[in-house]
Amino acid sequence: MDRNDLSQHISTQYNEELEDIRSKVMAMGGLVEEQLESAVQALVEMDADTAQRVVESDYKVNAMEVELDEECTMILARRQPAAGDLRLIIAVIKTITDLERIGDEAERVARMAESMAGRAFDKGIMAEMEHMGELVQDMLHRVLDAFARLDVQEAIAVVKKDEKVDIKYDSMLRQTITYMAEDPRMIPLALNMLWAARSLERIGDRCQNIAEYILYLVKGKDVRHTHLDQVLKEMEEERGSR
Amino acid sequence: MESSAAQRSTEHNPQPGVAMEARDLRLFYGEKQALNGINLQLLDKKVTAFIGPSGCGKSTLLRCFNRMNDLVDNCRIEGEILLEGTDIYAPGVDVSELRRRVGMVFQKPNPFPKSIYENVAYGLRLQGINKRRVLDETVEWALKGAALWDEVKDRLNDSAFGLSGGQQQRLVIARAIAVKPQVLLLDEPASALDPISTLKIEELIAELKEEFTIAIVTHNMQQAARVSDYTAFMYMGDLVEYGETSLIFTNPVQKKTEDYITGRYG
Repeated sequence: MDRNDLSQHISTQYNEELEDIRSKVMAMGGLVEEQLESAVQALVEMDADTAQRVVESDYKVNAMEVELDEECTMILARRQPAAGDLRLIIAVIKTITDLERIGDEAERVARMAESMAGRAFDKGIMAEMEHMGELVQDMLHRVLDAFARLDVQEAIAVVKKDEKVDIKYDSMLRQTITYMAEDPRMIPLALNMLWAARSLERIGDRCQNIAEYILYLVKGKDVRHTHLDQVLKEMEEERGSR
Repeated sequence: MESSAAQRSTEHNPQPGVAMEARDLRLFYGEKQALNGINLQLLDKKVTAFIGPSGCGKSTLLRCFNRMNDLVDNCRIEGEILLEGTDIYAPGVDVSELRRRVGMVFQKPNPFPKSIYENVAYGLRLQGINKRRVLDETVEWALKGAALWDEVKDRLNDSAFGLSGGQQQRLVIARAIAVKPQVLLLDEPASALDPISTLKIEELIAELKEEFTIAIVTHNMQQAARVSDYTAFMYMGDLVEYGETSLIFTNPVQKKTEDYITGRYG
């Protein structure tokens, strides 16, 4: 499956339907990216207004998921897609579920930011938090890029990057626990911060899911629950045998 | 190409027995070559679907399996087709015995101008079986096997032409299975039928594969996806890809196959 394949059906209407779905996924992705960016900004700056905007905008992401779900159902019913087309529809249905959940996590981060607005927190932890936010924003950006270009290498890079986010989360967890032990009055605030960190970590996992759907879409291989090294090895072997 | 298809089928489950096998089968209509060296196995008690655009050779190939092409003028065949290890094109092969073992059903139902009963009993009478009890039992078994018994049991002596198209097609299938063939060849068996009759035929195919090896030619790709265990995609006289249906319709190896089953320009 490569990008140009979408436009070569005998039915031009089918071409348009698939192209439409693809561009809507990208639009939904763009919206989720904005939500995440604002949420992280609200958190880092402890800014209630920005946070409020994120919370209020989540419905747009939800609406796009519903709309895309309907369109995919319609194509399944009317076109009975096969092979690459079928994998595209399946990948889209799964991808938008994860995008919608990323939207929910961004909203959660924003709510935490809202509840902490105007307070001060440990600068070192805040810097870590900002960095973690940048990491997952980059993951989301790259995975959407990989989806647009059906780029397997980029998708694999995203899967690899999730390890970094997990490591970052663990280190944040340790620092925050220490911080709470030192100053019990800060526990409520620190817990909020941890919830936000947890949400960012989940966003990384969901970007990894989307990267796996891209591998399925392009290669026809389901790599979920498979170790990355194993996947890479199989792909190398396949390239050799063809 | 064939080797990758073979690898696929061994990868996922142990290879079932082989019912029939084409080896380097080449067929010419006069000067024109219609089949370019086909190598393929019909696996025992499995349904194999042949798909491909008109004129790709799928019906021609199907007809080779019971030597229907013998009746075509100017038709020359090279290579071999094995049925239980014996080449059906070898000299001395009894063609009517071959066609008993490898039955065929065509696109348009073609009942004989006889009663329902006599249509099904026809092949048995040809074999010299005239015992009423044996005939009765076999007719009932075949009509039940073709999922037609309940609809016709009270009017077995009525003309077969009084049946609907879908019923006629199931009658023809009953006639084909009455002589207990090993292999059943179906050449677009449902293309002239309405959707409900089509589903009945498909349901029937699923039941018949318990006992018979089935090869089906169809223009309806969803039908191939629904009824078959293995799918062969043919294009311009070549066997382009042959493998498990579940893989052919989700992740075909050849680009030509993908283009065809997804409705793209070839």
